[in-house]
Amino acid sequence: MKTTNRQHLAQLALQNTSLLLFIVVFVVFGLLAPRFFALQTFETILKQASYIGIVAIGMTFVILTAGIDLSVGSNMYVSATVAGLVMQELKAPVWLGLLVCLSVGMLFGGVNAFLITRVKIIPFIATLGTMVAGKGIGLLFSRSIQIPYPDSVLELGSSRLFGLIPLPIVIFLGVALAAQLVLTMTPIGRQIYAVGNDAEAAKKAGLSVGRVLTSVYIVSGLMAALGGFVSVAQQGVVHPGFGEGYEFNAIAAAVLGGASLFGGVGSVLPGTLLGAVLIQMIQTGLIFTKVDIYIQPLITAAIIFSAVLLDAFRNIQLQKLRRRNIRIDKGALVGAGDD
Amino acid sequence: MSDAILTFDHVEKSFFGVRVLKGISLDVPRGKVLGLVGENGAGKSTLMNLMGGVHAPDRGQMLLNGAPYAPRTPSDANAAGIAFIHQELNLFTNLSIAENIFIDGFPRLRWLPMLDRSHMRARTKQYLEAVELHVSPDTLVEKLSPGERQLVEIAKALSFDARIIIFDEPTTSLTARETERLFRLIERLRSDGASIVYISHILPDVMRLADEIAVLRDGELVAHGDKEAFTINRMIALMVGRAIEQLYPPRRSAPTTTPVLEVQDISQQGIVEAITFTLHKGEILGVFGLMGSGRSELARILFGLDEHARGEIRVAGKPYTRPSARRSIDAGMAFVTENRREEGLLMDIAIAENIGLVALPRYAAATVTAVNERRYFTEITDVAASLAIKGGELRQQAVKTLSGGNQQKAVIAKWLLDKPAVLIIDEPTRGVDVGAKYEIYSIINDLAAAGTGVLFISSELEELMGVCDRMLVMSNGEIQATFSRDEFEKERILRAAFRENAA
Repeated sequence: MKTTNRQHLAQLALQNTSLLLFIVVFVVFGLLAPRFFALQTFETILKQASYIGIVAIGMTFVILTAGIDLSVGSNMYVSATVAGLVMQELKAPVWLGLLVCLSVGMLFGGVNAFLITRVKIIPFIATLGTMVAGKGIGLLFSRSIQIPYPDSVLELGSSRLFGLIPLPIVIFLGVALAAQLVLTMTPIGRQIYAVGNDAEAAKKAGLSVGRVLTSVYIVSGLMAALGGFVSVAQQGVVHPGFGEGYEFNAIAAAVLGGASLFGGVGSVLPGTLLGAVLIQMIQTGLIFTKVDIYIQPLITAAIIFSAVLLDAFRNIQLQKLRRRNIRIDKGALVGAGDD
Repeated sequence: MSDAILTFDHVEKSFFGVRVLKGISLDVPRGKVLGLVGENGAGKSTLMNLMGGVHAPDRGQMLLNGAPYAPRTPSDANAAGIAFIHQELNLFTNLSIAENIFIDGFPRLRWLPMLDRSHMRARTKQYLEAVELHVSPDTLVEKLSPGERQLVEIAKALSFDARIIIFDEPTTSLTARETERLFRLIERLRSDGASIVYISHILPDVMRLADEIAVLRDGELVAHGDKEAFTINRMIALMVGRAIEQLYPPRRSAPTTTPVLEVQDISQQGIVEAITFTLHKGEILGVFGLMGSGRSELARILFGLDEHARGEIRVAGKPYTRPSARRSIDAGMAFVTENRREEGLLMDIAIAENIGLVALPRYAAATVTAVNERRYFTEITDVAASLAIKGGELRQQAVKTLSGGNQQKAVIAKWLLDKPAVLIIDEPTRGVDVGAKYEIYSIINDLAAAGTGVLFISSELEELMGVCDRMLVMSNGEIQATFSRDEFEKERILRAAFRENAA
C-alpha cells in the first residue's frame, strides 16, 4: 500500500514538473533576496513577461502541430516598424497603428503558412528564411533608424485597468484565457491537437490539415505582432535590434510549460503562461541576487536545459510507471486468471 | 447471387507503372459478410482503398446502390456511408474517445463556435454501448488497449451510420477474447443490416464469418461465391495458384548439442521470473505463450533492449554482461521484432538502405571512411535475391511500398547480412500470407541448417509445431514447460500456456 502511494505521488510530481520548478525557483530567489517576495516584484515580473508570453502563446499553437516558427522575432520588428511609421509619418491614430501592426503580423504568418502548406517547405527552413527576409524588409523600411512611438502609446503601456492592474498584464492574461478556450473548447482547437498527434491520420479522418496549419501560423504571426506592440508600448521606441533572439525565449517558454516539440501535447493555461513567467522570474531573480551579468545567460540556459532534461526523464519514468506488469503475485493469483 | 450494395465494374489501378488491379468486377453483397482473401500484394487493400476514397481507379467505375460512386477523399466515402477500419488504427491518442468520434464534424453550441460537449458525450455513450465498450466517453484513447481502440473505430463508423464497413486484418493485435467479442459484434452489425467486407489471412476466421468469399490473385478476381463452395484448402490453392501440399517445409538438418545461447535464471520484477534454457547450434527453439505471457518481453531482455535484475546470459560460451543492442549485435545476435513497421524498418527509406543498416559498419574501414558501395550493394542484392524479395528497385523504392510479406523478408535480410549465431524472431508471420509464410519458414530452416540457433517466438501454435525442434511454453512470465518435438501435442501445450498443470 505504501509503495502504491509513493508511486502515485511520484507520478503526480512528474506530471507537474513545470509547476514544481516554478515554486523551487521562486523560493530559492526569495531566500537569497528577500525583496524578491514583494508584491511589487511579482507585478514587475508579470509585466515584463507579458510580451514574450503573448508571443509564446502563438508559438504554442504552432508547436502543438509539431511545427516551429523561428520568424516571430523578425515579425515583431517588421510589424512594429510599419505601425510606427504609419503613426509617425501619416499621423495615424493609435487604434489604426495597432490595427496595421496586427495586420502586418497576420500577413507575415500567412506567408509562412503559404510556404509550409503550399510550397511544402518544412517549417524549420520556411520560417528560418522568413526570419532573415523579415528582418531585411524591416530594416529597408526603417533604414536602421530608431522609430519613436507617440507618447499616447507609452501612456497606454503604463496605464492600469481600473487603476489597479497594468494593462500589459491584462492583455497577456486575456489572450492566454482566450487561447486556452480556443484550444480546448472549439473544433479548430481539438483539430490542432489531432494534427499534432498524427497528421497522416488527420488527413484520413477528413480533416483539412492545410487549413489547420495555416491557422496556427497566422495565429503565431498575430501574437508576435501583438506581443511586439505591447513591448514597444512599454519602451516607447522600436530600435533596430528589436525582436532579435525573442524566438528562443518564446520556444523556451512553451517547452518549459510542457509543450512537446513532437506535437499534440501542451497547454497555454497553465503551461505556456507558467513557462513565460518562469523565464522572466529567473532573469529578474538573477538581477536581484546581483549575479555577475556575464554569468546570467549561462544560468538561464542551465535552468532551461535542466527543465527540458527533466521533461525527457519524466516521459521515461511515466512510461515505466504505466507499463503493465505481466507477472501476477502468487498471493494474488486466486481469481485473477484473466490475461 | 444476392443483390449488390456496391459494384466494382472493370476497375484498374497501377502504381509506378505496376498494374496492381487488372480489371476487377466484383459485387459486394448487401447485408452480408464478404470475406476477401488473397496473398499480400494480390490487390485486396488497393481494391478497398478505391472504395474508401484513398485512391481513385485509373479505369472502370464503381456503383453504389446502382448509382455511379467516385469518392475523392476518405471523407467522401464516409459521407456515402462507407467506413474503412484500417489495420493500423486511425485514432488520435491524445484526444478523448468522444473527440475522436466527432473530429471531422464537431457538434456546436447553437451559434457559438464552441463544442457541444454534453451532446458529444451522450451520442458517444450510445455508440459505445452499441459496441459494448463500457468506458467513459471522456477517456483518452492512449489509455485503451488495442482491442478497445478498435471498438472505438467501429463506434465511429456507427456515428456516421455506415452501411458498408471494411475490416482490414482486424484481429492481428487482439487477444483471443477481444477477437471473439469482435466477431460477435460483426455478426450483430450484419443482422442490423450492415454490409461487411472482411479481409484476413486467418482463413478459419473467414470461413466462420463470411457469407460469401472472393479470392484475389495478382490483381485479378479468381473466384467469388457462397461460402459453402469453399474449403480452406481450396482457398489456399486459389490464392497461390497451385495446390500447396504442405504448409511447412521439411527440416533438412538436425540440431547439434553445442550451446550458442545459455540463459540462466533471468529475472526482472513484474516481467519475467527465473528463465533458464539453452539454445543449441542449428536448433529451432519455439517459445509459445498467449498474449501477455511475457514472451516478447523476454526477447527484448535477451537482446539487451530492456534491463534485467538478475541472471546470466552466455553467447557462444562467453558470458555476456551489460547487454545493449550494439553489444548483442557484436556478440552475433539478431532480433526480428514483432512490430516490423515501428521497430523493424525505416519505412520511408529505400529497401537496400534498410537491409544494409545493421551491417553497414562492416563495409567501411573506419567510421569516417567511405563505404565500399560496390561490395555493399552487391551483397545486399544477393541477400534480397536469396530471400526473393519482390516489389521493385532495391535502391530507389521505399520499404513502405512493399507488401507485408516482403517487408518482413526485408527485416530478416537486414540480419542475414551479418550472419548471426543466434536469431531471435518474434511473430515473423503475423499479417503475412500463406505463400510468404512458407518462404519465411524455409528461410528459418536454411539458417538453422547453416548453424544459426533460432529462437522462434509465436502465438500461433500450429506453426511452432510445424517448424520447431523444441518448444518452451510461457505464461505469467515464467517457463511453464518444455516439450521436445516427439512430445508436441496441442492440448498439453495449451494447458501449459493457460497455466494449468502441464505435467
